[in-house]
Amino acid sequence: MAYPTDRKYTKEHEWIQPNGNTAAIGITDHAQESLGDIVFVELPKVGAELTSGKTFGTVESVKAVSDLFAPASGTVTEINGDLATSPEKVNKDAHGAWMIKISLKNPKELDSLLSSSDYDKFVAEEGGH
Amino acid sequence: MSSVETTPTSPAPTVRKTALNAIHRQMGAKMVDFNGWDMPVEYPAAIGCGIINEHMAVRTGVGIFDVSHMGDIRLAGPHALDAVQHISMNDASRLAIGQAQYSALLYPQGTFVDDVIVHRLGEDEYLLVINAGTREKDFNWVRDNTRQFDCQVENLSEDFTQIAIQGPKAVTTLQKLADADLSAVKFYWVTRGSVCGLKNILIARTGYTAEDGFEIYIPADEGTSTRVWNEILDAGKEFGAVPCGLGARNTLRLEGKLPLYGHEISDTINVWEAGLDRFCKMEKPEFIGRAALEKAKPNVKRTLAGLEMVDRGIARDGYKVLDHAGHEIGYVTSGSPAPFLKKNIALAYLPLEFAADGTMLKVEIRGQGVAAKLVPTPFYKRPKKAA
Repeated sequence: MAYPTDRKYTKEHEWIQPNGNTAAIGITDHAQESLGDIVFVELPKVGAELTSGKTFGTVESVKAVSDLFAPASGTVTEINGDLATSPEKVNKDAHGAWMIKISLKNPKELDSLLSSSDYDKFVAEEGGH
Repeated sequence: MSSVETTPTSPAPTVRKTALNAIHRQMGAKMVDFNGWDMPVEYPAAIGCGIINEHMAVRTGVGIFDVSHMGDIRLAGPHALDAVQHISMNDASRLAIGQAQYSALLYPQGTFVDDVIVHRLGEDEYLLVINAGTREKDFNWVRDNTRQFDCQVENLSEDFTQIAIQGPKAVTTLQKLADADLSAVKFYWVTRGSVCGLKNILIARTGYTAEDGFEIYIPADEGTSTRVWNEILDAGKEFGAVPCGLGARNTLRLEGKLPLYGHEISDTINVWEAGLDRFCKMEKPEFIGRAALEKAKPNVKRTLAGLEMVDRGIARDGYKVLDHAGHEIGYVTSGSPAPFLKKNIALAYLPLEFAADGTMLKVEIRGQGVAAKLVPTPFYKRPKKAA
């Protein structure tokens, strides 16, 4: 799997794609694959404040419940309403199916996140044990 | 994102593998530790699998499962029937040779050691099929409680690879590989015959999916097991046969309200609470647990009930059930999305006064009470055959 280079990644398997002072957030293809069939996505409301490293929502597959962690701090400006009725879109296209968009509090926070190649390496090591 | 499997398992000192372990890995299955066994939870989406597809294959076509982690105990000898009658709650004297019944081993308190399928294989020969997580406990229990009978107790758990072929197309699939007339084998009956060229194979029309199907017991060597597994998948290809993991096994059994040890039944839950009355034959003068059950009958306070989520949310194992005012009244034993019914369902122990169909309740999900209603169970019943 080639991870897109236009974004940054967390060790909790979220991606964040910056666009000026805003950013889209989703989960990685690796995450959707390990979760299996995704049946439920619970997201914050527009206007909610996110703190880097804190949970902002939940994604559930048939078998597992997973917290979503904010890759960066900011205010939610948009949520992907499609995922309420079609959560399986995350399985089909994890890197296209963004979950929320935020206005970044401090765009520099992204500097400390993983690059696509670092994330790729991280996943390979995690899977190799 | 951090993930929690919703069915916790306790770690075991050594991980055990079935003879089909290599083929599961080769097929790309996601493996989990299940009661000390390295087992497939689901197979990859790339080969048409995943829990939902596997589940649907069993409801509409055929799916196959490695269930070799199940244990097998053979009781044979002049007093084998007396021994089985003493340790199990159903009435094994009603079994014809070749017939099987759902039953349970009970503690003297009337709570569960395990649930079992009792097969009568011969005049004085019975086979108990038991759960993976309780294999050693069950065998010791059976051996220790049958010493007074003239009957040999053998643990055959290591001898078999057990494969379940489940779904409306199971009979047609397996028939291609078997010489016995499988359509003549009734549900909960067992026969012997050749399968994939192997002679004298035990073929039982049983399963844990609330669907028609078979479970076969073949020699546990890797070569034979792999060959039979592949031949069954091949034979079922025209019906969309897929390999199925423990994930689909769980959602299938939940739709059919089939109990899982440690969830709906355990050493703290009795037969009446679990609603398994029809498998417990109080007209039998004696069996372990009988006296306690007789006393417990008028004092039953909780029952296993079916819930369907009304608002958005999935009830999971262990979640609290709340009454309308928000007071905790019970807990979820198993909860999941139901892939065939396309609803979020759960089983829960609730006080009797809350257990009427249609009662509106709440399930506490991440601190929020989410609306659910009591529904009749089983959630799913397989359609009666047309012919």
